[in-house]
Amino acid sequence: MVSSNDRRTEELLRIEDLVVSFPKENMEIAVLNSINLSVGQGEIVGIVGESGSGKSIACRSIIGLIPKPGRVSSGKIMFKGKNILGINKAEERILRSTQIGMIFQDPTSSLNPVFTIGDELVKTLVNSGTSSKNHAVQKSIELLERVGLQNPSERIFMYPHELSGGQRQRVMIALALACKPSLLIADEPTTSLDVTIQLQILDLLLNLRKETGMSILFVSHDMGVISRMCDKVAVMYGGYIVEFATTDSILRFPQHPYTKALISAVPKLTLDTQRVRLSTILGEPPKSSNLPSGCPFGPRCTSRQTSCSDLSMKLELVSGVHFSACPVERSL
Amino acid sequence: MKRFNSLDFDPNHTAEFVLEVTDLKKWFSVRRSIFKKLMRTPPRFTKAVDGVSFKLERGEILGLIGESGSGKSTLARTAIALEKSDEGKILYFGQDLDDLGPIGLRELRRSLQMIFQDPFTSLNPKMTVKQALVEVGKVHKELGKNDEGTAFLSELFRLTGLSSDLSLRKPRELSGGQRQRVAIARALAVRPKVIIADEIVSALDVSIQAQILNLLIDLRNELNLSMLFISHDLAVVSQVADRVAIMYMGRVVEEGKTHDVFSSPQHPYTRALLNAHLEPSVIHREKNSTEMTDTPLNLPVSGGCNFKNRCIYAKHECGLVDPILRQISPNEPAHQVACQVMPFLNSSKN
Repeated sequence: MVSSNDRRTEELLRIEDLVVSFPKENMEIAVLNSINLSVGQGEIVGIVGESGSGKSIACRSIIGLIPKPGRVSSGKIMFKGKNILGINKAEERILRSTQIGMIFQDPTSSLNPVFTIGDELVKTLVNSGTSSKNHAVQKSIELLERVGLQNPSERIFMYPHELSGGQRQRVMIALALACKPSLLIADEPTTSLDVTIQLQILDLLLNLRKETGMSILFVSHDMGVISRMCDKVAVMYGGYIVEFATTDSILRFPQHPYTKALISAVPKLTLDTQRVRLSTILGEPPKSSNLPSGCPFGPRCTSRQTSCSDLSMKLELVSGVHFSACPVERSL
Repeated sequence: MKRFNSLDFDPNHTAEFVLEVTDLKKWFSVRRSIFKKLMRTPPRFTKAVDGVSFKLERGEILGLIGESGSGKSTLARTAIALEKSDEGKILYFGQDLDDLGPIGLRELRRSLQMIFQDPFTSLNPKMTVKQALVEVGKVHKELGKNDEGTAFLSELFRLTGLSSDLSLRKPRELSGGQRQRVAIARALAVRPKVIIADEIVSALDVSIQAQILNLLIDLRNELNLSMLFISHDLAVVSQVADRVAIMYMGRVVEEGKTHDVFSSPQHPYTRALLNAHLEPSVIHREKNSTEMTDTPLNLPVSGGCNFKNRCIYAKHECGLVDPILRQISPNEPAHQVACQVMPFLNSSKN
């Protein structure tokens, strides 16, 4: 496991004070509140959170895929030193086809059912200008080989429905890699897969990172998957990043009460015949239209204090590369 | 008035097992094109459940583990007669399901309830929580025709940990966890003896998952329910189940006490599953890669062990003989494995 500490990493992506909101009845409902996040060259940064925490919106905002009528209200997204929020459609297209790749949760609905795998790959390669028409087929076969698909020269004639879920996700990864991106955004890429296949896909992504040196922004709800994949993790809750640290640091010394609760609520494989009750987080995650003031986790938090309701939710340094938005735990 | 005849279901029968399934088979035929029909190509079948046997004791939680397509849901649906089985015997409290007429089946379903993965699609969107629960009570004669059901409702709300001010809400006004609690309350409304829970926590967030699992264990202890708990998540099953059965492509490959199976897994598939299980811990970061082969022996698909072409330990005999479940150690009488090779038999324990 290459820790980002032993390498001087150059910054590839930096999200600064990003606010994304949805209009609703003359109001602006913020689903992302002042997000700050940076991804270094060759780094895998994870975003973990429950449904509705804003993790998908955060990664989609990078390539302009925020579902309508949502919009970026303020903030910057710096990619290779350039703000990519203000760019026009043509520049955005170039950016997506040459710099940033994305894979989604459900490979079935992201592949066009009437095209063969080869059609999709060749089209992507030619349109992005990565390869000439003559070489595109050969290049497609190489790509499929690299993502570990067996018999690629036969598989390029197949339609998505002829492949299994894991194979389809491999094709999606091949498509994302076609333009040699420096950043791959992976939004819950293994959630719809079986556990044995999940491990294969995760290892494939780790190997590809090693080979190509690309960075990965990895979004998941599964703390187990995150801890296998990522160098650093951002924990999201109610549209805020509540904690950011190296994965080792988060697993060993979680600071924010939500992170602690999240890690201990994951059912662990137990061999005890004497059952202990699972630790739970009381209540339900908040809706972004109805966020409590101050810390969004306040109402469910066991170490809550009265000052929590006017907290500014700024990430403060705890130690090394470890930031937490909870001043209560820090002062303990 | 209730009518009784010889085919009525009598749940108070003093049978040893609440549910006994023997050699159950459910095959679905694969649709053939007209051309293939004209060419008299033999019909093909998907063997969703292919000879499964298990027994469920009183007050026991049996965990059924399998990946998608392993047949675990079909097994559950067939076992409660939502699908007709092709072969095999299903006994509830010692009574054969095939002998029950429509009335008997209806009586049976009082003592046998199923909870599904997605409570949103299994609850009527136009009914309030109260209406949904009272309707079940009336249909199954737990409540009289003009009964308001106040006591009935408050008991169900207490059991499932729902707050009573939710009673006038509709499903869309509830959160995922609350909806699943309503689905559990509705199942409990008819005082069942057996509950079949099909992936009931997999659509829920982690923090809510733990709440529902704790609730299930409490209910089992309070009401002495027997439960068939279906899930793909090993950790979830290990938290609730007394015994587990691992399914792969329509067959049970390993079965035993939860502790025995997870502490000394014998079937290569069980090992692969355990190996692929990831938890938030530093140890899981340095885990070995998958325990499955990329270079299969390419044994013929039909016949023999279903796992043969993904198994690292496969030998040629694996393609010849169907492996049967057999006991592996006198110390673990309930631990059974269906593997010819058993590569770990002497290495894993002691």
